[in-house]
Amino acid sequence: MRPRAVTGAGPKLSNSRFGEPMVAATARSRKTAQMRRLLIQAVIIIALVAIVWSTYTTAQTNLNALGITGGYAFLERATGWSYSFSLIPRSVDDTYLRTLTIGFINTLFLGTLCIVLSTIIGFAVGSIRDTSNLALQTIASVYVQLFRNLPLILQLVFWYAVFIHLPGPRQAYALGEIVLFSNRGLMLPALNISGQTALILLLGSIALGVIVLFARITAMRALFVWASATVLAIAVSLLMFVPEGEPIASVPTLKGLRFQGGMQMTIELVAMIVAIVLYSSAYIAEVVRGGLAEVPRGLIEAGQALGLSGRTIWSRIKLPMALRSIIPPLGNQWIFVMKATTIGVAIGFSDLFMIVSTSLTQTGQTLELIAILMGAFLLINFALAQFVNVINRRMQLKSH
Amino acid sequence: MEATRRRAFATPADTVISVIVFGLLFYILWLVIDWAFVRAVWSADAVDQCKVDSIGACWSVIDARHRLILFGLYPFEEHWRSTAACASIIATVVLSCMPAFWSSRRLITLWIVGFAAYYLLMEGSLIGLPQVTTDQWGGLSLTLFLFSSVVLLGMPMGLGLALMRRSNMPVVRLTATLIIDFVRSLPLLTTLFTAAVILPILLPEWLQGDKIWRVILAFALFFACYQAEVFRGGFQAIPKGQWEAGKALGLGQWTTLFDIILPQVFRHALPATINMVVLTFKETAIVIIIGFFEMLASAGAAFGTGEWVPYYLEVYVFVGLIYWVFIFSLGQYGEYLKNRMKVDHR
Repeated sequence: MRPRAVTGAGPKLSNSRFGEPMVAATARSRKTAQMRRLLIQAVIIIALVAIVWSTYTTAQTNLNALGITGGYAFLERATGWSYSFSLIPRSVDDTYLRTLTIGFINTLFLGTLCIVLSTIIGFAVGSIRDTSNLALQTIASVYVQLFRNLPLILQLVFWYAVFIHLPGPRQAYALGEIVLFSNRGLMLPALNISGQTALILLLGSIALGVIVLFARITAMRALFVWASATVLAIAVSLLMFVPEGEPIASVPTLKGLRFQGGMQMTIELVAMIVAIVLYSSAYIAEVVRGGLAEVPRGLIEAGQALGLSGRTIWSRIKLPMALRSIIPPLGNQWIFVMKATTIGVAIGFSDLFMIVSTSLTQTGQTLELIAILMGAFLLINFALAQFVNVINRRMQLKSH
Repeated sequence: MEATRRRAFATPADTVISVIVFGLLFYILWLVIDWAFVRAVWSADAVDQCKVDSIGACWSVIDARHRLILFGLYPFEEHWRSTAACASIIATVVLSCMPAFWSSRRLITLWIVGFAAYYLLMEGSLIGLPQVTTDQWGGLSLTLFLFSSVVLLGMPMGLGLALMRRSNMPVVRLTATLIIDFVRSLPLLTTLFTAAVILPILLPEWLQGDKIWRVILAFALFFACYQAEVFRGGFQAIPKGQWEAGKALGLGQWTTLFDIILPQVFRHALPATINMVVLTFKETAIVIIIGFFEMLASAGAAFGTGEWVPYYLEVYVFVGLIYWVFIFSLGQYGEYLKNRMKVDHR
């Protein structure tokens, strides 16, 4: 125990004696602190301006030395080189603008496809991990631990190596003579419409999905409107665009050493889809399992007490509750998938990154091309983030 | 046993599912064991046996080429240095998982010592061994080098960015926010590509440095921007009273930050930080695209020539196993920590 202070010492510590000078001191120190803060910020602004200016001038001198003129005029020139994959007609005479657009479309196409597939598989595997059956849990865990704990690019080059070593077209693996898988790629039966029409249909369907999502109607009705409109659009385009006398669906057939008809997916595309979907669905499965595990037990017991069936409890209580915590990390995973398409360059899939890097070595328009690449990804990122926000808000609104 | 019965054979439907699924799992497991062990060929001299159709895995390729996969083009006589250097990094990672090392001073010392040991052994000229320049490093040792230098550089950068983002000076806050959001919106490959290919155009020659260091710095920036968000989450978990308590004790702002706030922030951010470290290890493989000879590239080289071309599967399984063991064990450790902290909070 400390001895108590002598009463006479008390007033010395009170504000009446030290108050005034202390206030003055604080005011002064506050002023110096203010000055210091202003100074620091000024230094940072000056430094940033200096960095931007010096990189700009250095870039100018370096590019001049290489004989490269800046600007976007090169976009109008023909490329003169070929690449592996495109949804719309292309040739070596295409301009850089068109080629870059094709790369952008490829990235969006592959990314969207992988997002849809990996979300479906991820939800399935995650739900299986949440069941009470030990065997199902085990197989789902093996799936998750196997595909989540290997680098994506390793999985990509692995599948690519496996697919290249598949037998040739004549000995292709066949499923009912309509699905063929060989070292030339995966051949699927398809509707008899051009790639361009299919792309427009796909974009229209996505746009409709977004509109339906914004509309204030129930999820079931939204799904119904979207699905029926999509089917209708496909039917109409089949009536309009299928040439007279040809069947509405075409099946791949072997003519010599090449396949004709159907939808032909190159092995680069198949390897990309397989690798990204396996990796990403394992991540989504973990997110889904975490979300399901977070639903309070009391809610489920309440459902049981009300006499609801297991399926009703799942669809009306567990899943809606879990979705609230699943959606934000799920959105992050979707953005990751879009960015992951860039590794296509490792096996020669012509995504935006590969088109940009090839253009770069061909033209030397470094800064312009990298600006296009970054701009495209900022755009994709922003759009997806907005999309996830809308879903998120819809989920939150319903609870109140 | 009782628990297994309840979880696998509760109802007839469950029993049917369990029998089918377990049967399938064991069948796959048997196929793998049969291929990898029972019918496998093990030594490099016996490579001729691999050509028989009924043979399983041909591990001869690993026997003959494992040094290439692990150490790349590092001079053959000096491989003991690569081995010791890799061991030093692995020991650093393992030791930092032990609670005895969980103080900032010990962790920083441990990582700097581990990394310095790696660099001195690999480079050599500073401790009187023959010099080996970074362009001869490769394989697993290059992967570990990228990984450890990215974490070592990225961690303080991430903390700096997180502090900047919390600053009450608008310019500082805005700069940090801009950098973090920009880097996080771009694919890692774009960031690395910019550092490798674009920076030489933007920077004067004396500032460019080696390509490998530019790429490491860019990778560290990528790590830092994600880690800054992890730290931000940690800061948000600290109640305001902690700052006020520091002030009430008459401690300065920096003392409060380093002695009271940050230890708690690290604690809260630990599981997410381990996630980031694991992710970084996985993502190092991407540098193969910008032309570094890390483990995935050396694996490609291992089956790239002559007689070894047909045995790509064995090489990928070997490399995959190395990645998997490392990533899986670190991930499980993070999971264990998360659960332990949950118990602590109750």
